[in-house]
Amino acid sequence: MPSRQTTNETLSSTDRRVAALAPGPPVNIATGQAADPGAGEREVTFRLEGVSVRYGEALAVKDVTMDIHHKDITALIGPSGCGKSTLLRCLNRMNDLIPSARVSGRLWYHGEDVYGPKVDPVQVRKLIGMVFQKPNPFPKSIYDNVAFGPRTTGMKGDMDEIVERALRSAALWDEVKDRLKENAYGMSGGQQQRLCIARCIATEPDVILMDEPCSALDPISTARIEDLMHELKEQYTIVIVTHNMQQAARVSDRTAFFTAEVDEATDVRTGVLVEYDRTEKVFSNPGDERTENYVTGRFG
Amino acid sequence: MTDAAYPVRTERTRLAVAGARATTRSIVGDSERSGRFGNLLFVAMLLLGVGTALVALSAIIVWAYVTGRPLLSTDLLTNYPSTVNPRAAGYRPAILGTVYVISGVVALIVPLGVGAAVYLEEYADGTKWWNRLIELNIQNLAGVPSIVFGILGLAFIVRGPISLGFVAAAGSLTLALLVLPTVILASREAIRAVPSSIRHGSLALGATQWQTVSRQVLPAALPGILTGVILAVARAIGEAAPLLLVGAVTFVTFDPRFFDGGYSVLPVQIFQYAGRPQEDFRILAAAGVLVLLLVLLVINATAIWLRHRYEREW
Ligand SMILES: Nc1ncnc2c1ncn2[C@@H]1O[C@H](COP(=O)(O)OP(=O)(O)O)[C@@H](O)[C@H]1O
Ligand SMILES: [Mg+2]
Repeated sequence: MPSRQTTNETLSSTDRRVAALAPGPPVNIATGQAADPGAGEREVTFRLEGVSVRYGEALAVKDVTMDIHHKDITALIGPSGCGKSTLLRCLNRMNDLIPSARVSGRLWYHGEDVYGPKVDPVQVRKLIGMVFQKPNPFPKSIYDNVAFGPRTTGMKGDMDEIVERALRSAALWDEVKDRLKENAYGMSGGQQQRLCIARCIATEPDVILMDEPCSALDPISTARIEDLMHELKEQYTIVIVTHNMQQAARVSDRTAFFTAEVDEATDVRTGVLVEYDRTEKVFSNPGDERTENYVTGRFG
Repeated sequence: MTDAAYPVRTERTRLAVAGARATTRSIVGDSERSGRFGNLLFVAMLLLGVGTALVALSAIIVWAYVTGRPLLSTDLLTNYPSTVNPRAAGYRPAILGTVYVISGVVALIVPLGVGAAVYLEEYADGTKWWNRLIELNIQNLAGVPSIVFGILGLAFIVRGPISLGFVAAAGSLTLALLVLPTVILASREAIRAVPSSIRHGSLALGATQWQTVSRQVLPAALPGILTGVILAVARAIGEAAPLLLVGAVTFVTFDPRFFDGGYSVLPVQIFQYAGRPQEDFRILAAAGVLVLLLVLLVINATAIWLRHRYEREW
């Protein structure tokens, strides 16, 4: 069971913001058998129970049940088209932006139903930030890119300090401190991606979702972002989708392996969760043959 | 959506839409779409187009200057027109009339055009029949010849339900109706050229849809929108046909006002002088062409200056 406090005095700042997501009494979390044997030893950030996603008629992700733990780096791996991005977008309700997407099953975030009727997706996204596959800085100055989130969410405090802190956390400050007023489009791809991470950190989220954040970057930039993830782990819960198995092995604490089952009749590829465990276990002693084939490079 | 799906587009619309799109692309750095070859071809075509336009423009300026030289003086800008003494006649009321009409047009089309474009691009559900109907109508209106808007203005704005009379405001309203579809289409193009990755980036930070539109999409699209507005308005300044029908024919020898009294505009005044048999009036008309070009230059320069101010607001 997740250790959700119920007394007001012991609520952390994040918990209070989470509690504000959905007004009303705390939701009773159903006691399901967690997919991961390690559950219970750490606070659970996300609990997925039979989450399925459809695009129109096509089932893209089927029946995923897993717990994502507080201040862990959780990697989602698997062949292309197995629904990793789709599942990731459920966590902060970015799927709401795709009109045909339908999510079913239950998805709890610190005990709150993310898809509950009273939940405002905008509030969810303030707590659960996202970094995209292709760096997508705004066509504004470096400073304004970082300040955008805090300004829109009405964060209190000295904006210069907020920006500096975020850029430092993203290991970007020294490179850009003399050109904060310059357009972000003048930065290299790796710098742009770290700027996107800084932009995300600036709003003080609880969770950072990353969808193949290094796939458009060179190896040196990739290494810098991996180092950065290790540092960010101290403060944030991170869920990363990656194509790169070495990356998953290097950075993550837990790894979830997905694969696509093809429906012969309709030719629809449906993603299923094959195995979810500690990363060392998934890579050294996988419990499923499909996982073993994938991580040893025999498939995918 | 391809341009081929909407073959009925007037030149003013094609130009404004292309300008709006290209400007936004240059701002959001959309470089991957065109390869090296595409770039070269594009540049070559641009140069050809610019060259042709420049040759035609210089021909007009040279002709107008050579013909109108005897009458070129600041009197042209400050004097009232005359049917008897072309040597002392000027364009003052026509210049004021043009400025009034165009200011009215801009004040009407910018909020309406941008508002409609934002609604259609960012909020409307394109699968609903009423939104599709609106879209189809705008597409078709952009292809309607300007004289039709003149008739509409005469029947509904000068007379009929609105009954403003033959005043500058009626001219503004008529020209606004004429260029509004163009401005909507150009603004939509500029907004559409803002990649969705920017919207997603903003929404993922917990911005609301309105914050995303007003603080990310519109600022990025604004220079493109302004380009579309400039190109549409520049065409409107030269439009004589619809204005002939809504009262700009009055021979005014006083300063016009917006809501009452007759008014004239530059192209109509030039047209009137050019039709007179005496040689001196033909010279006056040629000098008027230079005045019209000057007014155009001033209005466009102001608009472009505005656009640059927004572009630099990083
Ligand atoms: N916006 C969408 N509309 C319809 N189908 C989609 C959309 N996005 C993804 N899909 C489909 O969902 C499946 C999973 O895609 P995705 O989540 O992107 O996989 P992955 O990130 O693992 O490569 C694919 O079959 C893909 O075609
Ligand atoms: Mg993906």
